[in-house]
Amino acid sequence: MRITCPLCGDRDLREFTYGGAAVYMDRPGADADLDALDAYLHLRDNPAGPTEELWSHDMGCRAWLKVRRDTVTHEILGTALAAEAKRGAG
Amino acid sequence: MVELIAKSPVADLLPVEAGSCRLVACAPAAITAIAPYAGAEEALSQALDSAHGLALPPAGRAAGTPGARLIWAGYRQYMLVGEIAPDAAVAAHAAVTDLSDGWVVLRLEGAGTESVLARLTPLDLDPGVFKRGHTARTELAHMMAVLTRTGEGMEIMLMRSFARWGVARIAEAMESVAAQAGLPD
Repeated sequence: MRITCPLCGDRDLREFTYGGAAVYMDRPGADADLDALDAYLHLRDNPAGPTEELWSHDMGCRAWLKVRRDTVTHEILGTALAAEAKRGAG
Repeated sequence: MVELIAKSPVADLLPVEAGSCRLVACAPAAITAIAPYAGAEEALSQALDSAHGLALPPAGRAAGTPGARLIWAGYRQYMLVGEIAPDAAVAAHAAVTDLSDGWVVLRLEGAGTESVLARLTPLDLDPGVFKRGHTARTELAHMMAVLTRTGEGMEIMLMRSFARWGVARIAEAMESVAAQAGLPD
């Protein structure tokens, strides 16, 4: 499996570390109720198909990436710097 | 005041020669990390350009000469390597950190350096792809490394704590490539 880093280009999987579902980018606000925090921390979809994840390019440029990956084929459908994806969403 | 003596961690191991390749130590006087503040890239680039004649290179590129090289060293980070320390004006636009003793700079020169490094890194270093002035942060024998192709050869930056092990791995790969080249057809 290879991931295309927006900064470094096409790189081997061994340069990356998995960082969990991209849900981690959407932390509930300080006034969120316990159910929302519980969902944020523990409840995950388990799709057979495209899913959004965080990957750290820690052996490369060390940026966090938001990666869209197909869990069935391991095809990488899109990558973006997590910081820019967050700014774009907010 | 105690006078501290700078000591290279790899000086006693180098140079190494095998086949057509040679691994030598570079001894830059200073290595400085420059991390631009948010939104300050443009101003930082201008400050570096007017002080040192070096504008910020794009991702994956290095600029300058062996005496003063500015290397893209990752997401929002650059390294100034050579005989210069950054001008005071630079610190207005970026976090400036002296890493001189934290990294070791090696240079692999001669024909076939790509074959040697192919045993250690997943990166495609073919001269047609990874050209002079290109730089990459990648994995080299399981260590974080910065690779830069210069006019003299391939510059390899490793963290000081891994440097001796790194030299041993590169030397091993050099000997392996040389031995394979010596086999009868």
